[in-house]
Amino acid sequence: MHSTTNILVVGIGGQGVMTATEILAEAAIALGHDAKKTEVAGMAQRGGVVSSHLRFGKKVLSPQITPGTADVLLGFEAAEGMRWRHMLRPEGIALMNTARLVPPVVELGLYDYPEDPIAAMKAAGTRVIAFDATTIALDLGDIRLGNTVMLGAIADHLPFSADVLQECVLQRFRRKGEQVVDQNRRAFEAGRAAVGEAQMAAA
Amino acid sequence: MAAVMPAPAASRLLMSGNEAVARAVWESGVKVAAAYPGTPATEMLEEISTYPDVYAEWSVNEKVSLEVAIGAAFAGSRSFCCMKHVGMNVASDALMTLTLTGVIGGLVIAIADDVGLSSSQNEQDSRFWGRFAHLPVLEPADSQEAYAMTKVAFDLSERFQVPVILRMTTRINHVKALVTVGARSERAGAGFKKDPGRWVMTPAGAVKRIPLMFERDVELRKLAEESPLNVLENGSDRRVGYITSGTAYMHVKECFPEAPVLKLGLSCPVPVERCRELAALVDQVVVVEEVEPLVEMELKAAGLAVLGKDILPRQGELAPHVLKPAIARLLGEPVPEMKVAPPMPVFPRPPTMCVACPHLGVYYTLSQVKNLTISGDIGCYTLGAGHPWNALDTCISMGASMGIALGLDKGRGEADKDKRILAVIGDSTFLHMGMQGLLDIVYNKGNVTILLLDNRAVGMTGGQNNPGNGYDLYDNAAPKVDFAKLCESLGVKKERIHTVDPYQLPVLFKTIRDEIKVPEVSVIITDQPCVLTKAYHKQRAYAVIDDKCTGCGNCIEVGCPAIHVTRRGKEVKASGREVDLAFVRIETSVCTGCGLCLQPCAPDAIVHYEPVSPIRLVKN
Repeated sequence: MHSTTNILVVGIGGQGVMTATEILAEAAIALGHDAKKTEVAGMAQRGGVVSSHLRFGKKVLSPQITPGTADVLLGFEAAEGMRWRHMLRPEGIALMNTARLVPPVVELGLYDYPEDPIAAMKAAGTRVIAFDATTIALDLGDIRLGNTVMLGAIADHLPFSADVLQECVLQRFRRKGEQVVDQNRRAFEAGRAAVGEAQMAAA
Repeated sequence: MAAVMPAPAASRLLMSGNEAVARAVWESGVKVAAAYPGTPATEMLEEISTYPDVYAEWSVNEKVSLEVAIGAAFAGSRSFCCMKHVGMNVASDALMTLTLTGVIGGLVIAIADDVGLSSSQNEQDSRFWGRFAHLPVLEPADSQEAYAMTKVAFDLSERFQVPVILRMTTRINHVKALVTVGARSERAGAGFKKDPGRWVMTPAGAVKRIPLMFERDVELRKLAEESPLNVLENGSDRRVGYITSGTAYMHVKECFPEAPVLKLGLSCPVPVERCRELAALVDQVVVVEEVEPLVEMELKAAGLAVLGKDILPRQGELAPHVLKPAIARLLGEPVPEMKVAPPMPVFPRPPTMCVACPHLGVYYTLSQVKNLTISGDIGCYTLGAGHPWNALDTCISMGASMGIALGLDKGRGEADKDKRILAVIGDSTFLHMGMQGLLDIVYNKGNVTILLLDNRAVGMTGGQNNPGNGYDLYDNAAPKVDFAKLCESLGVKKERIHTVDPYQLPVLFKTIRDEIKVPEVSVIITDQPCVLTKAYHKQRAYAVIDDKCTGCGNCIEVGCPAIHVTRRGKEVKASGREVDLAFVRIETSVCTGCGLCLQPCAPDAIVHYEPVSPIRLVKN
C-alpha cells in the first residue's frame, strides 16, 4: 500500500484544481509511475466543492483515496482544508492557501464562515503549512499565477525532485512565449519558498 | 473538422474513460456518432468531434441519438451512441425493438451510470438493459479497458449482429489513467440492403425475430463462458472469493490482493459456469457489484450460494472503506480501525448559479411572487430550488415540468383552488422532451404559465450547442429554432407569448404577474445568453458605496455570488421590530455588470466601479 502516493487536491469550482492535479499526474508519469486521477466534478463546476484524487506508484488499482490515507492535502481555499482534512493519514501534511472564498449560503446568514480555518485545523491536530498564494500571485502581477504558486508549494513534498514538476508546469506555457514561462517559473519558486519559510517559522 | 491530429499509434496517454472510448471509436472506423449531453457521459462525443473522418452530432434527445445510430448501422456502417444512465430511459423504446432487428454495421451504446449521484436525479443500474433487451454488456474497470472493450464491442456487435452496451460509471468516465492507443482501421460500409422481414418490425415480422433473439442468447451465453474478458484470478487466501466488475474490481484488488477473483468484463449474460469454478476454489463467494444485485440474483437463481447485498450497501460506490469492514464482519474478524481524524464541521458549499447568470433575475422575481406552485425541470435552473430563492417545487425528469404542471392544475384540490401553476424549463430541455408536454397542456386546455429560459446553451453540462442557438456540435452555423413561433404553432395564442429580458426585473415581474392571472396557457420566454458562452458580453463592473449602504440586504436576495457581506448589525424599527442588517461589497473582479443587484437597492448605493488602486482579488 505504501508504495502508492496519495495526493488530494481540493478547492472550489473554477479555481483550477483539476488542471493542477493533472500537471501533478503528468510529473508522476514522466518519472515512470502508474497514475490515476479522479475528475469528479459534476455540478461542482458551479462554485461548489471540488476535489481531485491523485494516486501514483508502481501500479495503481482503486482510483479513490481512502479516508485517512492521503499523504498530502493541497488546499486552494482555507475552509476547504477543514472539509477534507480527515482524508489525511496521521503523519500527512496539509499545504493550505489562506484565501477565503465565501459562498452565498454564508452571505445569506444561514451558516458562519470559520473565523480561522487554518488555526482550527492545527488545533484539531492536523499538520498544516499555510501561505497566501493569492497575494503571492498578485504581487507577481497576475491572479492566474495562483495555480502555479500552489504547484510550487507542493513541489518539496513529493517523492520526486521539484525540477520534474516545474518542468511539467512550464511545459504548459511554452507556446505562450518566454515571458509567460518566466512569470510561471517565478510563481513556482515563490510557492516553494513560501512553504519553505512557513515551515522554518513553525520549526 | 478535426481540431488536432490524433496521437500516433502506440502512444501512451493520460486519458479519462471518456477520452479513451472516443479514441477507440475513431480507431474502430466508426462513421456516425450521436448523443445528447449528460454528466458523466458528455465528453465522449465532444472528444469524438475532435477526430477526423467521423460524423458526430448533438441530437435533440437520447432516443433520437440512438435512432440515428441505428440508421447508420442498418446502412452497414459502424455507429456509436452514448448517454448518461437516465438517457437510456428515454431511448429504450427504440432499444427494445432494435434487439429484434439487430444490426449489420457494429453499433455500440455507451451508458454512463452516475454511481453516487455526483450530478443526477437518481442512481440506476444500466446493466438491467442487457437483461431486459437481451444484449451483451461489457464493463471496463479503467481507461485502458474502456478503450480496449470499445474495440471488442464493435467486433462482437458485427459477429452476432447485435448492439452492444458498454456500461461505464462516473469513476471510469471521469478518472484519468494511462492508455496505450492503437491505429485506426478504415471500414467500408456494407450499404443498406432492403429486407422488410427484418427492418420493418410489424407484429408478423417481429414474432419471427423473437426466436432468433433467443438463439442469440444461447450463443452469447456460450461466448461469456469462453470470453477472455472474464478472467479468473486464483489467489492464495481462499476464505472469500469475489465476483466483481467495473471499478468495484479495482476496489476489491486494492483491499484483498491475495483473494481469488472472477472479474467480469462481459457481465451479461452472466457466465454461470465460470462463477461455479470460482465457488469451487473458496469457502465463500461475495458478489461485489455497483449498484443492483443483478449478478448476485442470477447466481442465486442458478443455485450458487453467494453473498452480495446481504452484506454490502445497495447504493453508492463500493470503495475500500466500505468493502474492508463489511468483509471483516463476514469473517468474524475485528473491523480494521482506520486512523481517520473526525470530520470537522464546516458550512456546506452547494453549487451556485454563476455571477450575472440570467436565471438570477428569474428566480429573484419568482421568489417575490406569492401563491405560486412552480414545477421545475433539469438544468442549471434546478438550482432555483435552493437559497435564497426557494422558488422551484418539483423536479423529476427531462421535460417533466410541462406534464406535471398540467397535472398540478387538473388535480388541484380545494386547498389549492387559488394557486397559480407555473412551469420553468430551459431551451434545450424544452427541445429534448418539453415541447410535447406543452402541446399536451394546450390541447387539454390547461391553466399554466410557462417560463421558457432560453439561454442558448445546454448550460449545466458546459454550454453545448443545441437547435435553439443556431450552431451545431462543430460550431458551424445551423438552422435556429424560433421559440415564439414554435410555441405558437403548438397552439399557444400569439398574445399569450412574451419575450422578455430577464435582467429587466420590473418588466419580468409585471409579465409574470399578469400572465398567471390569465386562465389559459401563457409562455414567457427569457432571451439572454448563458454567461459561460461566447454569446455573453461582459459590461462594466459595479461597486457599493459603503456610506450609502443601509444594510437592508435586498441585493443579497438576488443570489449573485459576487455580493459579499462586509459587516452585520441590528436595527430597531419604529414599530419596535428588530431587523438584521447586512452591509455589502461587490467583488468587482468577477462582477460583469449585469445590473440585477442594483434594481432592488433602495438607497442607490450600487454604482459603476471606478478603479482607484490595483485590483485586489479574493482578499478579506
